Amino acid sequence: MTKTVEARYTWGGDEFLFVEITEGMSLESNFISNSIANALESKNLSGLVDICPANASLLIRFNPDVMNYQELEKTVRALEQDVRASARQILNTRIIEIPVWYNDPYTNETGSRFREGYHQRPDGNDLDYAAEVNGLADAAEFIKRHHESPWLVSMVGFVAGLPFLYQLVDQQHQLQVPKYLSPRTDTPALTIGHGGCFSCIYSVRGAGGYQMFGVAAAPIYDPTQNLKDFKDFMVFFKPGDIVKFTPVDEPEYRRIQKEVDAGTFVYRQAPIQFDVGAVLADPEGYNKTMMEALNGI
Amino acid sequence: MGFDIIEPGLSTTVQDQGRIGYYRYGIPQGGSMDQYSASLGNRLVGNTHKEAVLECTYIGPRITMTSDATIAVTGAPVDVFVNGDSVPQYERLSLKSGDELKFGVIKGGTKYFIAVHGGLDVPEVLGSRSTYPIGSIGGVNGRAIAAGDSISIGKKIDNGLPVLQSIPEADRPVFSPTVNVRVMLGLYNHNLSDKGLKKFLDGEWTLTPIADRMGLRYSGPGVEWKKREQPFGAGQDPSNIVDAGYAVGSIQIPGGTQPIILHRDAVSGGGYAMVATVISADMDLVARSSPGTKTRFVSVTMDEALEARREMTARDARIWS
Repeated sequence: MTKTVEARYTWGGDEFLFVEITEGMSLESNFISNSIANALESKNLSGLVDICPANASLLIRFNPDVMNYQELEKTVRALEQDVRASARQILNTRIIEIPVWYNDPYTNETGSRFREGYHQRPDGNDLDYAAEVNGLADAAEFIKRHHESPWLVSMVGFVAGLPFLYQLVDQQHQLQVPKYLSPRTDTPALTIGHGGCFSCIYSVRGAGGYQMFGVAAAPIYDPTQNLKDFKDFMVFFKPGDIVKFTPVDEPEYRRIQKEVDAGTFVYRQAPIQFDVGAVLADPEGYNKTMMEALNGI
Repeated sequence: MGFDIIEPGLSTTVQDQGRIGYYRYGIPQGGSMDQYSASLGNRLVGNTHKEAVLECTYIGPRITMTSDATIAVTGAPVDVFVNGDSVPQYERLSLKSGDELKFGVIKGGTKYFIAVHGGLDVPEVLGSRSTYPIGSIGGVNGRAIAAGDSISIGKKIDNGLPVLQSIPEADRPVFSPTVNVRVMLGLYNHNLSDKGLKKFLDGEWTLTPIADRMGLRYSGPGVEWKKREQPFGAGQDPSNIVDAGYAVGSIQIPGGTQPIILHRDAVSGGGYAMVATVISADMDLVARSSPGTKTRFVSVTMDEALEARREMTARDARIWS
């Protein structure tokens, strides 16, 4: 017996169609959401305002003065069936190296200001807590797990240019950490955060509820568009990008910052074809292949 | 050509019709929170819908004109003074170079607007002049206005419409201490228990002081969620979902206690279940609320929402003719 697979369609008022692929997070759902988004985008429909693919869902904004809402739903349902029917799930994307100073003083200082009433564990920092809830020996082991396998940008949003990241490992190896009990009012810019099964990079300073593990050395949002990677657009990440975190120490972090200040920093990245079937069948082997692409640069 | 900011007010930002189409990158639509009030200002000074205005929050700026200008103040009721003399809102005003514009105490709502003929000449970013302070784009250097800023006025405009001296009383927005906000149930309303949904729709909700351009938080009877096993990656609380896109106007209820209506500077996504969305025709009504405003959420259908939108469009067309 074949299982009927269909997303859930619902309206966010008279301007938004919301399509929930699945309730839970999975790589397949994310791929379907992004594929529907791309297919819809390429139709160039008049009255379509914005397409926001998310982790396991899709938010579509339309202008109801121009576009009939029932027609839109019909179109998206047809695209969903096309996407589900296509045999190979391949995404032309890129793998990018993101240097991170883990266990840095900036996030540690901020974390120490939001303990009582905010955090589950008054002792130690967020890394110690994350290691504990994942049954790992210590923060160092958690850091290793965090950067040794690459991550998929499963969604961009919350604030300008912030990527949500889903690690390309089996579900039983996913790092899961509860969010803060109550959101902080402050998070340093470029903090590597984690909540549920998602990591993120806070593109700008501000409020946040994710656990804090370190800081990225270079910007991912640049409204001045000074750096080469931002010449086309102020936001760096796109859904479908693959991220490899690379741990750096303080001297390396400072060296990268100097390059950023001088306007000479460029991200190390390589184009790749991302095959969802292959990564699901053998995440470890597939990750090695992707790393070879990056290391060839 | 323009004016100098002597005092900036509490939080005064440049806004226009908004920056549509970048929500997928986490960049909110922005724009004047009460679009109708802002558009009345543009109509009075002879602009089009598109010109940028100043949006004032509770306490407005003190401004000195550096050139002659036609202006209008619309939106929330407030005392307006030119060179110390009281002048009316919702009227076309002619200011001379050197004139000082300032404001008294607000008497309802939270947002009022200063429109100037020619519009505010700040650079467009991604097709809009609206200020998005978190992302440091739009407005004056990506931030609220500050003392010492000089703001230029754009070129003269011929909008082809007859001059309107004053907005008739019947066309002025109402700032009421009690409002019925029309919503469409949807998104994750099925996660509410029957009792929880009843509490949401039957309850009286009071706007708290935690309200700004991003969202407005209400206190009231709270809601209840169905008991269920949380899906993978969603988080433990029954109000959590796998992080998803947030519809503008959607209502989330973190922890099941205080509903939050996301408004024009909303975060574009997150992990809290939304149970309904304010219809597009009532977003301005929400923007006119002030802390203490008693609010009921009234469930309507898509067809009713679209009918309300048609009425809104028809009123707009009448004023802009």
